[in-house]
Formats: sequence, structure tokens, C-alpha cells
Amino acid sequence: MLEWIRDIGARSIDSLGTLGRAFLFLLRVLIGLPALVLRPGLVIREIFSVGVLSLLIIVVSGLFVGMVLGLQGYNTLVDFGAEESLGVLVALSLVRELGPVVTALLFAGRAGSALSAEIGLMKATEQLSSMEMMAVDPERRVIGPRFLAGFLSMPLLAAIFTFLGIVGAYLIATGLLGVDGGAFWSQMQNKVDFYDDVLNGIIKSLVFGFVASWIAVFEGYDCMPTSEGVSRATTRTVVYTSLAVLGLDFILTALMFG
Amino acid sequence: MAQQSSADSSDVLVDIRGLHFARGRNKIFDGIDIQIRRGRVTAIMGPSGTGKTTLLRLIGGQLRPDAGQILVDGEDVHRLGRSALFRLRRRMGLLFQSGALFTDLTCFDNVAFPLREHTRLPAALIRHLVLMKLQAVGLRGARDLYPSQLSGGMARRVALARAIALDPTMVMYDEPFSGQDPISMGALVQLIRLLNDALGLTSVIVSHDVEETAAISDTIYVISEGKVVGSGDPQSLRDTESEWVRQFMGGLADGPVPFHYPAAPYETDLLGEAGSARAEGRG
Repeated sequence: MLEWIRDIGARSIDSLGTLGRAFLFLLRVLIGLPALVLRPGLVIREIFSVGVLSLLIIVVSGLFVGMVLGLQGYNTLVDFGAEESLGVLVALSLVRELGPVVTALLFAGRAGSALSAEIGLMKATEQLSSMEMMAVDPERRVIGPRFLAGFLSMPLLAAIFTFLGIVGAYLIATGLLGVDGGAFWSQMQNKVDFYDDVLNGIIKSLVFGFVASWIAVFEGYDCMPTSEGVSRATTRTVVYTSLAVLGLDFILTALMFG
Repeated sequence: MAQQSSADSSDVLVDIRGLHFARGRNKIFDGIDIQIRRGRVTAIMGPSGTGKTTLLRLIGGQLRPDAGQILVDGEDVHRLGRSALFRLRRRMGLLFQSGALFTDLTCFDNVAFPLREHTRLPAALIRHLVLMKLQAVGLRGARDLYPSQLSGGMARRVALARAIALDPTMVMYDEPFSGQDPISMGALVQLIRLLNDALGLTSVIVSHDVEETAAISDTIYVISEGKVVGSGDPQSLRDTESEWVRQFMGGLADGPVPFHYPAAPYETDLLGEAGSARAEGRG
């Protein structure tokens, strides 16, 4: 019993310690970011590996999520004779929720885990340590560009996901289900508000991008420098990012639309 | 005494005084004094697990000692601010045991890395400097290879070229000879001495390869159980009174350092195991 209580105590101290390290780490990374203005090449290279290489999964998922939304939404709306509102339904779901959230979840699996593994392996093979001994700060040289690349890529990926989702739904609606294309677009244009819907969606994806990149680079940087440590770090990145994104999504939705 | 230390100070590049360091409850250094002189090759030797690598990290300022101080070129490493420490590190090269080359860069870019980070030299000049460093370690022809395409000895030589890229005053070698075949071992041994003399470096070698290290060092410190147990030039260490140092330098299996890790007597251990197994079987 006493052992059990002690164990709980040790675990909570441990996780609070990790949280503290994560915040201090974030602070140091943020302080180092402005210096990257002088070296945009570093960030652009990371945007390529974090953002551009994630495009395939984002494009395919976006199209399919949109097509499924179109099919499912039509089945319900047609009962009420409201199938012309399909465009609104699809656009609002994607812009407000599915675009930012699903993109963030895919991002965690595709780019976040890769970031953690890359940084963790650099740590395990002493590359970070040797960089430090060369008087180069790895937090600025390695972490900063990767964090910024993730943060910048997420809203762009979410926008692409949302756009393709709507295109997918349109193709299904007009091609398969016989919904009028004009009604699809005009209803969407009437009902989707720039500030309420689009801007809030962008804010969501910015927040998710920040959190997902933070978790990914921190887990990599903080991992045990062994192969087991790296594998744990990548798993934790995906799990924590997914949980954080879903939790934050609830809070943001409550604040924005509640 | 005071006079002596001031006379020393121009000659001594790294001055370690009363160094204490512990990892958790495990004491690694228990009051160590080491002086590393300019222009010399100093070896720090000892059995595996005596914290030789830790010592290099302490000198480089990556770890903090619990007590004592380390002066490098007159500056207390652990009292320096971050930027001053980074300025000091530019004058030190550390060759990691693994080489620690950046796996996503070619040999050329690895050696160019510190130059590109710390200087604003034009690309043509950087190219010349990198080729000169690679030539010095005999790997100019391997400049377009990636670290995964190199053998262990070659990787270490590329790492050495990178460590001297900024023309440091001191280079520290972490186990440079371990796991090398005889040819690359011979090449490294010669290279360390040659670079030290040709470039006017100060070299610190941490190693347990007695023969190779003794062949090229001017001074050797032998560390065991957190203390310096012997120091001097290689010859005087071989002739030392200390049995321990003789065992180490001669590579004898038994001596003051017993072959067996401390344990309960063999007989009782075997019988005790059988006894407890029987007890478990019954339970």
C-alpha cells in the first residue's frame, strides 16, 4: 500500500519535471527563432521534409474524407429534401473541424514521429553533443528550424486537406448523387462565414501546429539516447499529440462556437 | 607555492584542481588534480568505467563538477556564461569515440560545418580549407562519401578533420584507438602525434590502449576509482613502485585489481542457490 502511494508520488513528480523541462525547452527554442531570419535556407529545407513530403497522405486523405462526407451527408439530407445543403454541411465540417483535426492527427503520424526519431537518433549517436562541442547550439541549429517548419506547415496542410475534401464531396455530389452543382456552391457561399468559420479553423490549425511540433521536437530531444528510448519517444509523440489535439479541439470549439 | 603556480600558468593549458564529480550515489572523481601542458600529448588512462569520457565532458563544460575547478587557458570553464563558454569551445576540438559525424551530410560538408557556422568565409575559401583538413587526414578523395559509406577508422579520421577545422588550440580524443584494425590504429597513432607537432596543438588522449597511447604521449595520468594513482612520462610509469599501475600498464589479469568482481564465496553461493531453488520448488 505504502509502496503504491510512493509510486504515485514518484510518477507525478516525474511527469511534473518533464512538463517543466518541456516549457523551458520551448522558451529557449522560441528565443532562438528570430535568428533564423538570417538563415531561411535551414527552415525551407525542413519545410520540405515536414510539409512537402506529407502532401501525399494529406491529399489522399482529404479527397476520401470529403467523398465519404458527401455520401453520408446526402443520405441524411435527402430524407428532408435538403440535399442542396450538402455543400454547406461538407464545408462547415471540414473548415471548422475535420480539416484542422484530421490534418493534425495525420501530421503527428507522418511528420511528428519522423521529427522525434530523427532528433532522438541524432542524440543517441552523439551528433547533438558534438555540435554543442563545436560551439553550435543544437536548440537553435537543429530544433528551431524543425519546430518552425512544423508550425508553418500545419495550416497550409490543413488548407489543402479542406480544399480537397470539398472537391471530393463536390465530385461525389454532382457526379454520383445528382446534386445540382450551382446549388452546392451557392449554398456554401451563403452559409460559410469568413470570420466565424474559416478564420477559426485557421486559428485551430495554428494551435495544433504549435503543439504538435513542440511535442515532436521535445520528445526527440528529451528521449533516452538508446534505440529503446527513440522508439518510445516516437510512440509518445503520436499518442500525446493525438490526445493534445483532441483535447484542445474540444476547448477551442467550446470557446469559438459554444 | 604561489610563485610556482604562477610560473606554471603560462605553460599549463588545462588545470584541473580538486575535481569531485558523482552520478547519483556513484562517485566518479574524488579529488583529481591534472595539469595539461601546452604543445604536449597528455594521456589520461584507466580501466573502463573510470569516467575518462566524463572528464572530457567536464573539460568541455557539458557537465558540471560537484566541487573543484577546471581552468582552460586561465578561464574557469564552469563560471563562464553561455556565450563565453561557446567562444572557449571554438578553441577546443573533441573527437568522439563514435566519430559523431552528421549522417545527413557528406564528409566534405561535415568538415565544412563548423566553418560555415562560425565564419562568413566565401565558399571558395571554405572549399580550400576543407580540402586541406581532409588532406591532412588522408581522406581528400573520400569527400563526397556519406558517413555510412566509411569504415570505422575513416569515420574517425573525418571526425578528426572536423575537430581541427577551426584550428583549435587543443584537441581531445575520446578512446581514439578502441575497435580499430591494426592498420587504421597505426594511422591514427601517427596522425595524432603528427598533427600535435605540426599544428602546435595540445592533445589530450583518453584511452585504455596502453601500448599505442604510451608510444605517443609525453605525460600519462592513470586514474582509478576516482583518484590519480600514477602520473609521469611513459617510461617512469612502467618502472613505477605502484603495483596497481604496473598491473595496468602491463595488462596483467590478476593483481591489485582482482580478476573476480566482488561476490560472496563461490562455494556458499552455489550451495545457497541450490538451497533456495529447492525451497522454491517446495513452495
